[in-house]
Amino acid sequence: MPHSQHPRHRTRIHLAAHFPGVNSTTVWSDPHSGSQIDFASFEHLARTAERGRFDFFFLAEGQRLREHQGRILELDVAGRPDALTVLAGLAATTDRIGLAATATATYNEPYELARRIASLDHLSAGRAAWNVVTSPDAWTGENFRRGGFLPREERYERAAEFVEATRTLWDSWAPDAHVADRDTGVFAAADAGRFAHHGRHFGIDGRFTVPRGPQGRPVLIQAGDSEDGREFGAAYADVIFSRHGHYDAGRAFYADLKGRAARHGRGPDEIRILPAVTAVVGATAEEAQEKAAWIRRQQVSPRNAIQSAEQVWGRDLSDLDPDGPLPDFDPVADGASISRGRVRSGTDPLETARAWRELAAAKGGLSLREVVIEMAAHQTFIGTAEHIADRMEVHVRDGASDGFILVPHLTPTGLDDFVDQVVPILQERGVFRAEYEGTTLREHLNLPIPGPAAGHRHDDVAV
Amino acid sequence: MTTGHPHLGVALDGAGRHPAAWRSPHARPADLFDPHYWVALARTAERGLLDFIRLDDSLGPPSARLPGRLDAVSVAARVAPTTASIGLIPAATTTHTEPFHVSTAIATLDHVGRGRAGWWPKPSRTLAEARHFGRKPVAPDGELTDEQGEFVDVVGRLWDSWEDDAIIRDMATSRFLDREKLHYVDFEGTYFDVRGPSITPRPPQGRPVIGITVDGPDTLEIAARFADVLFVDASGPDEARRLRDRAHAIAEGNDRDPAELRVLAEITVHLAESEPQARRQRALLDARSDVPVPDGLAFVGTAAVLADRIAAWYTGNAVDGFTLVPGVLPWDLDRIVEDLVPILRDHGLARTAYTADTLRGHLDLPRPANRYAHT
Repeated sequence: MPHSQHPRHRTRIHLAAHFPGVNSTTVWSDPHSGSQIDFASFEHLARTAERGRFDFFFLAEGQRLREHQGRILELDVAGRPDALTVLAGLAATTDRIGLAATATATYNEPYELARRIASLDHLSAGRAAWNVVTSPDAWTGENFRRGGFLPREERYERAAEFVEATRTLWDSWAPDAHVADRDTGVFAAADAGRFAHHGRHFGIDGRFTVPRGPQGRPVLIQAGDSEDGREFGAAYADVIFSRHGHYDAGRAFYADLKGRAARHGRGPDEIRILPAVTAVVGATAEEAQEKAAWIRRQQVSPRNAIQSAEQVWGRDLSDLDPDGPLPDFDPVADGASISRGRVRSGTDPLETARAWRELAAAKGGLSLREVVIEMAAHQTFIGTAEHIADRMEVHVRDGASDGFILVPHLTPTGLDDFVDQVVPILQERGVFRAEYEGTTLREHLNLPIPGPAAGHRHDDVAV
Repeated sequence: MTTGHPHLGVALDGAGRHPAAWRSPHARPADLFDPHYWVALARTAERGLLDFIRLDDSLGPPSARLPGRLDAVSVAARVAPTTASIGLIPAATTTHTEPFHVSTAIATLDHVGRGRAGWWPKPSRTLAEARHFGRKPVAPDGELTDEQGEFVDVVGRLWDSWEDDAIIRDMATSRFLDREKLHYVDFEGTYFDVRGPSITPRPPQGRPVIGITVDGPDTLEIAARFADVLFVDASGPDEARRLRDRAHAIAEGNDRDPAELRVLAEITVHLAESEPQARRQRALLDARSDVPVPDGLAFVGTAAVLADRIAAWYTGNAVDGFTLVPGVLPWDLDRIVEDLVPILRDHGLARTAYTADTLRGHLDLPRPANRYAHT
């Protein structure tokens, strides 16, 4: 077979499980909704995903409780654990599935965070991943001693240097540096853990205390979608957590990211692009649609609808009837500050209000709540198990993604249907593993194990 | 001393307390970064029905010869699901770290361990650690202790920042939370300001157990104010009793009930079937150590004699219990569990079964009221 630069692979889908988040997409009013904080909930979802032979289990983070109108937001699920600590616990109750923690580069220091993640890698026998995020606001910083925040343009610069420093630390023990020879009295190579990183944001040196982990380096995940975020991901990430789950947007994003990666000298197989998606499985297409509509209504209670409108209109709308029409006045200009701690789309409120009105009119006069339900709907795959398997296969075959991060709406049983019904079909078709083939997350993702200190020593970097 | 028996914990770190422990034929130096090593140690300690394991940590190498160590909170979380009862007290440092992160990590350990978490807050006093962060020079000892006290104070507030019944899931009003039961801590200190509330709901124990090492008047002061457990080094029962009396007096001066303090003496142990054997083993290690062996109260001998010493201190009302520090792991931990504990049990000085399922329960400490709750 002729060798080509981009060999054609058979379709191979990668799957990850996202623990339900602290926003209105997580439905707590359902009688089956369990605790968002009991360890048993994390165990259930992680074990379900492992039963489904998923690549990894994912935890998000947010370092301040969300607020609305200057007060703690009451309507949505809130309260979550320290991700790395829960994952260390899950390392005991799972065997193979990867364990991915989100942690901000803004309110951490490389030495401490690199050490915690490297420890997780040892404690899980090579299953750790870090989703690196940045925190843009001084509001979150009020919880931290180093609460100062950075101008937007410096966020990724600092994050990139943070990642560089972290890699230096992870590479500071040679693979054979842990000698443990009783007779000669050499526990570790003389230079084990020795490191130095001196840059604009971090000036650190000394000795790192965690030997090189079972998968060389923990897997790096990145989710930023801005221009800077994409460049950062293309340069450093093993996995891109994408928000482009739909086919066309997915293909565009995929091509863009892999193109950027190539410009950073990285092959298309060195980076996995996984969008966050939802899947609603039904026995028939109609049943699935009904179920999806019911979930959408559960996600947007009447009060939640008002709150969403307040986020756009930037003012109190508690007098409004959620089952009545949209406000007949325009949003206030700087209404963005009414709600904090939420990932914002960054669009202009006037524009959003116009879009909402157009939607209401186009669909024959939707109520405020109906509009919010329509706008909030991020459901990706709805249908029978066969249909969802078809669509997933097509997405990956056509380069819309390398797989999916499934975000269930229910804690902790929200992936049961998918794992019981869709996964077996994917496995039968040979597009998803029937058994784990390796033990480390890098092996699951089919990513190379990085050589020690290869490729990013200071003198190797083209400036 | 409400239990009628001394509280007993063990300190686990690397291959044991002795600088050359890892070179002992009884040690497993190749396994120090393997989770199964830590699981086995924790299970052994639990088999001995001990109150807790304590896991040391720092933000630098434990020693020049043995420059590796895993993050202690993570190790504690890793062993939590593999054990059912034993308390887990990892060190987490207070000098270069964020109180907010430490508060959520320990709270989470308490959720993972279902009420078995503790925390051993330790300052980082070395230049080496400061250089790993590159933010500030090494502060004088007094300042580091002062910061440690402030750190512990704010962490306790963050644990209380969610009342126990803050999650209401009230369908009638569509509210998941009752915001009246969440509290901004608005801590303004010398070393940091923290707004709160925590992102993590109140831990099962209300507040995980805080154990502070007392190594001088400053640390005695903050320990008596903020800690549940005081780890003390004492040359003998009289010194221990004096420290305990002073801790009680400081607690009372700070409106704390002294009955809620547990003063535990540290004893490093090298155990064997006979005293000459124990001495031989210890001497072999000393000969293999190229650094001075630290002083401190080391016991070298048989479990029977150690049991007598424990009984004497305890019945002499000098301490509430002991943190036993194995000279070599797993060897001395095995001797503690297989030899020492049965002797203590025969004397009515060790429990015959766990009677509680939380660390506070083992220590006979009440679940603390929430400082922010009005009711």
